[in-house]
Amino acid sequence: MISLIRRERSLAIAVAALVVLFVAYILIHPRGFSVYVVTIWANQGALLGLAAIAQFFVVLVRGIDLSVGPIVALSNVVASYLLDGSSVALVGGAVATLAVGTLCGLANGAAVVFGRAPPIVATLASGSMISGLALLLRPTPGGAVNEDLSDALTYDVHGVPTSAILIVAALVGLSVALRRTLLGLTLYAVGSSEPSAYMTGVRVARVKLAAYAISGFFAALAGLYVSMVTLTGDPNIGPSYTLNSIAAVVLGGVSLGGGVGSPLGAVVGSLILKTISSLMFFSGLPPLAQPFFEGLVLAAAIALGALGVFRVRSRLDWFR
Amino acid sequence: MTEPLVRLTSISKSYGGAPALADVDFACAPGLVHAVLGENGAGKSTLMKLLAGVIAPDSGEIEVEGRARRFATPRDAAECGIVCMFQELSLMPHLTVGDNIVVAGAKPRFGLVGRGDYAQARAALDRVGAASVSLSARVGELSLAERQLVEIAKALYRKPKLLILDEATSALTSELVATVFGVLRELKAQGAAILFISHRMHEVDAIADRISVFRNGRHIETFDAGARNPDQVIGLMIGRSLEELFPPRRPPPGDAPIALNVAKLNWGEQLRDVDLVVRKGEIVGLGGLDAQGQQQLMHAVFGVLRGVTGEVTLDGRPLDGVRPSRAKRADIGLALVPEDRKTEGLILDMSIADNLRLAALSRAPFGVLGLARDSQTRLRTLLDRLALVYGALEDPVATLSGGNQQKVVLAKWLLLSPKCLLLMDPTRGIDLPTKAQIYRLLRDLAAEGLAVVLQSTDYEELIHLCDRVYVFYAGRVARELQGDDLTPDALIAASMNVPLAAGARA
Repeated sequence: MISLIRRERSLAIAVAALVVLFVAYILIHPRGFSVYVVTIWANQGALLGLAAIAQFFVVLVRGIDLSVGPIVALSNVVASYLLDGSSVALVGGAVATLAVGTLCGLANGAAVVFGRAPPIVATLASGSMISGLALLLRPTPGGAVNEDLSDALTYDVHGVPTSAILIVAALVGLSVALRRTLLGLTLYAVGSSEPSAYMTGVRVARVKLAAYAISGFFAALAGLYVSMVTLTGDPNIGPSYTLNSIAAVVLGGVSLGGGVGSPLGAVVGSLILKTISSLMFFSGLPPLAQPFFEGLVLAAAIALGALGVFRVRSRLDWFR
Repeated sequence: MTEPLVRLTSISKSYGGAPALADVDFACAPGLVHAVLGENGAGKSTLMKLLAGVIAPDSGEIEVEGRARRFATPRDAAECGIVCMFQELSLMPHLTVGDNIVVAGAKPRFGLVGRGDYAQARAALDRVGAASVSLSARVGELSLAERQLVEIAKALYRKPKLLILDEATSALTSELVATVFGVLRELKAQGAAILFISHRMHEVDAIADRISVFRNGRHIETFDAGARNPDQVIGLMIGRSLEELFPPRRPPPGDAPIALNVAKLNWGEQLRDVDLVVRKGEIVGLGGLDAQGQQQLMHAVFGVLRGVTGEVTLDGRPLDGVRPSRAKRADIGLALVPEDRKTEGLILDMSIADNLRLAALSRAPFGVLGLARDSQTRLRTLLDRLALVYGALEDPVATLSGGNQQKVVLAKWLLLSPKCLLLMDPTRGIDLPTKAQIYRLLRDLAAEGLAVVLQSTDYEELIHLCDRVYVFYAGRVARELQGDDLTPDALIAASMNVPLAAGARA
């Protein structure tokens, strides 16, 4: 256990920060610890958590994805057209929505792998186009989403938030896929060192395409869940998801340099971000002062992660 | 003669008009260790890259087991059973040792990687003598020697039919090299072919069954090991003899002033009560098995480590609290040439000129470069002295050969005219002529009064170049050897911390 914590130190620090923030949130919340409060908290966390998992896959292979938010928005809009009617139609609609997101991710991957475009530029351009599509499809928020499905996915099961169950299931599935399959290992390998992976016989192009496609899939999943929570399609929700997903993965110990981190970290980072902003909402601070304090708490959380530099015995390790 | 495993027929390859290989025929047979010799630029690396699928030939044919093949990627070559270990290590630093090895494997059942795969990885590591390396350790945290062992284990894990080792043992001590050679002999007995590239002649003598010599992109001659004596082999490679490799020793008088004095140096478990003296004009070697404290001593003196206790003085002046940024100042005058020139010694994408200027940055008036009028002339003089082979000073360092990159590292620090030069394995993976140039330069610098500390894994270098050698064992100085005591047997015995007689028998 201790060696596990030592190995996953940045993740352990993030989890500790999350626990502290969550306790503060519960103490400050007028309704205290209740199924209702925790369910709302988990739903908010799941929304950003799915987007952060999307960001994680691209960051893992040493990229950065500015189109995560736009894909969330586009799939939310698509879902607001398709997620209604019979149960067959619902399944078809969900599959179509996820396919749209996956295709968007695949296009990003193709631009980066075959077009040799730097990820930040490629996804800035594609993100802009995807937002545009969302706006064309639905210029103003609206549409209808099946309420029974929404109820089933956004409430709780015997007091446990459904969203939390879904996220935990996704995390378990993902960590098996990442740590115990060859595709998972090659994702880390490509992120750690592309030339070394190539020399090892890894199909680098294919692996990177897969990373971007999986990212698109999870962004679409986030978009679907937005539809469940809000019951409408809104083309303008993108921007906050893009930047927050990047902040979340960094908070959760995922290295922007690639090859390091886990989906669990991305989700923990998302929960930290969401808890901080909820904390502000109930803090009683004047609304105009809230962004400043939100940033302050965020900076403190990041500073915790940097504590490791004081334990370094060889100064060369600072640069590794 | 057995049917060759791999046969190359009239292969040519040129880079931007400059031929790297010209009309080469080459074959290697199963069950043999085939050494490929030649100085840098002779075409060895190009040959290996062709076989490993990294580059494709301009013309000519590659046959594997009688069938013509075209390799588009290293993966294609690996599928034919050709596995290559390059000098530039092919490990992923953030992954664990186990993952690094397993990821190289063939497609597992259901895409799942299981316990059995990791057990095999463990077995491969144990086989090459890396039993102390944990599967769950991150590769980025391992020493260079450990990484080379992991690299060899990774190659073994893939069960190669043709294993190509390009300077694969360059960071290993002779003890580990012997273990690795044992494994190579087993592989050979199982019918694998092994291509072996090394600049250490005694390693080639120890393992090779057949030797091919390349020069200027041409295959000069192939002969059975032992058919030529070492002098003839070197003659084929460069047209020079071994005596020319090491310059004559010119030790300073015994009462020369002390330059570097280290007393009671301690750092955790890794350095214990180390005492060491280097006089002006002396070349002092640091020997021993891998990671016995030699590297840490260098880092401690240069101010890289935290929490070091003890006394270090240079020209009688204490070096307390020195950092790399201060150590190089004119009044202190300490320079360190690091172990891994690709990551710690150079910034590969920057030009030769910019790399040279970097170390001199703090010396420039007001931090503005190019103001000191004599700097350009000094630069040219120094580069001429080093016989650096380069196109233009504005070319990126990455375009230079390994030997020339190392010369740039040396030049970078020599520009600061240090009083004491710390060198960590400066000739690792460098060809003989360049080695000879570097040795001569070090000897000349010492004659001019520079104190040189040389840490090396190459025994020949310690014996023939150094005036005195400190042999490290478990963080302590186990023995100090000089003059007639400085023999291979004494060095090996001291490295293993056993009396001389026992060492000689080992």
